[in-house]
Amino acid sequence: MKSLDRTGWITVGVMLLLGVLPPFFYWIGNEFYLLLATRLVILAIAAVSLNLILGYGGMASFGHAAFVGIGAYAMGIPVYHEFYGGFSAAASTNGLFQLALSVGLSALFALITGAISLRTRGVYFIMITMAFAQMVFYLFQSLDEYGGDDGLVIEMRSELPWINLDHPLQMYLLSFVSLVVAMGVVHMIVNSRFGMVLRGAKGNDERLVTLGFNTYLYRLTAYVIAGAICGFAGWLTANFSTFVSPSMMGWGRSGELMFMVILGGAATALGPVLGAAAFILIEEILSSFTVYWHLPFGLMLIGVVLFARGGLLGMLQGRGRGK
Amino acid sequence: MSMLLEIRDLKKGFGGVTATDGVNLSLTQGELHAIIGPNGAGKTTLISQLSGALRPDAGVILFKGGDITRRPAHKRARLGITRSFQITSLVMEMSVLDNVALAVQACDGHSFRFVKPARKISHLRERAQEVLAQVGLADRAALPAVELSHGEHRQLEIAVALATGAELMLLDEPMAGLGGEDSARMIDFLKGLKGERTILLIEHDMDAVFALADRISVLVYGRIIATGSPDEIRGNAEVRHAYLGEE
Ligand SMILES: Nc1ncnc2c1ncn2[C@@H]1O[C@H](COP(=O)(O)OP(=O)(O)OP(=O)(O)O)[C@@H](O)[C@H]1O
Ligand SMILES: [Mg+2]
Repeated sequence: MKSLDRTGWITVGVMLLLGVLPPFFYWIGNEFYLLLATRLVILAIAAVSLNLILGYGGMASFGHAAFVGIGAYAMGIPVYHEFYGGFSAAASTNGLFQLALSVGLSALFALITGAISLRTRGVYFIMITMAFAQMVFYLFQSLDEYGGDDGLVIEMRSELPWINLDHPLQMYLLSFVSLVVAMGVVHMIVNSRFGMVLRGAKGNDERLVTLGFNTYLYRLTAYVIAGAICGFAGWLTANFSTFVSPSMMGWGRSGELMFMVILGGAATALGPVLGAAAFILIEEILSSFTVYWHLPFGLMLIGVVLFARGGLLGMLQGRGRGK
Repeated sequence: MSMLLEIRDLKKGFGGVTATDGVNLSLTQGELHAIIGPNGAGKTTLISQLSGALRPDAGVILFKGGDITRRPAHKRARLGITRSFQITSLVMEMSVLDNVALAVQACDGHSFRFVKPARKISHLRERAQEVLAQVGLADRAALPAVELSHGEHRQLEIAVALATGAELMLLDEPMAGLGGEDSARMIDFLKGLKGERTILLIEHDMDAVFALADRISVLVYGRIIATGSPDEIRGNAEVRHAYLGEE
């Protein structure tokens, strides 16, 4: 651990707190904070996955919440059919089966939509990713069997070996460990040869192509990995709230994920976690004062983007990294 | 003599402007071939068609005898063609060493490798360090590329092209904007490369061109009006009239 720099220590410190504090609150009888932290941690996984493509890859996807929704429905629909019949091939309460479905379908959706979206750049990319996400949004809104607009109540959490997701502490610990693993995986990827190409192409695509990299394929690969991780976050979300609805994947939700990444500090390991924490905190505090909490939230985001280019992590490090 | 690169009747227009107007050119292995010509003659456009950044309207480009006219840029790079840019093109937010290491990585198999940290792969880093030392940037390795001076950017631009190990280097005005001393250093450096690599050099600096080139082609309005040894070009009346500005 000697090789850790200051940012590394902050990251380890924050993650230790996040691993210990919520269970402690639960232990002294305060379940509320554990549940809040569970939500935070799951959101953070989604943000970590977005950070891979947005922060490191420069792909401003405005449709990332679609993967949360696909992952969540891929967990909820098998349970629905297990309880109410029909479509028996998909009916299951087996957590591993649902998990494979969540991750697999999200990755597939990322592959198909990414292959098309990544042909475009800039504003067009933002618009087309948003359009694909809205397509999924309207698709599920129109599926009356699964509750349409009202959403689908999930009768039973995923059945897993050794782990009981009905137990709040176990639910939290699984989510927390998943976050740590997701952060580790993304950290590993962005520092690998693949990651160097991804980051290089963000900075100067033409240069990387001229060197001999088919940057499109590298971006697409990153996009699929991010979609898969985010689908996993969707599976967790469905288990946590035992409910899934189209509103989970509206463009507003995708925007919130972008906020988290930028607010926390894009292209950093801890940034998305800080962003998710800040989002939960701001939402809790502001929404207790006013239902119009999105307005002050948006203003704060603009402030962060303008004045602290490194995001919250940049401020923690004691230096605005903007040049 | 084996031809490394052959260009046959290449044509490219932008709307009303014909930037490449039936260019024929061949480069033999190991030769340093300079292209001179006034501003807007179509020199950069020619290089961009060779590197794959631009699609020609007509004509054929052969590299080692194979038709690459329709190959995408990244595939041409893999075949052994690299270019430097007239306007410096680097990954500015990465370190100087990272920029060169990426170029080394590009010719070290595919990069769909997700586990090992790239900065800990010693043969990539060592080779990159070597190239930086070669262009005189060794002590700048750790700096973000953006912090280099203009002269150093030009050196790094060459280092990146060099590090790909490409057989054919297309250099677009490597001395653009360099002062006398930096310019002289770049000329020396390119002299050192002669014979090792095949180089297509675009340059406005006539001293550099006459000092370096084995052969020179003169490009005017998208056409090559003369090709020959430096002495032949110096003595060519049409060239002197059209380009060197002498009556
Ligand atoms: N992308 C483009 N779109 C339209 N016109 C272009 C484009 N690129 C080049 N041109 C035109 O083609 C002609 C040749 O341009 P090119 O950049 O190849 O010249 P050059 O010889 O490299 O000039 P310089 O010495 O100034 O670098 C010019 O008239 C230029 O305006
Ligand atoms: Mg030019």
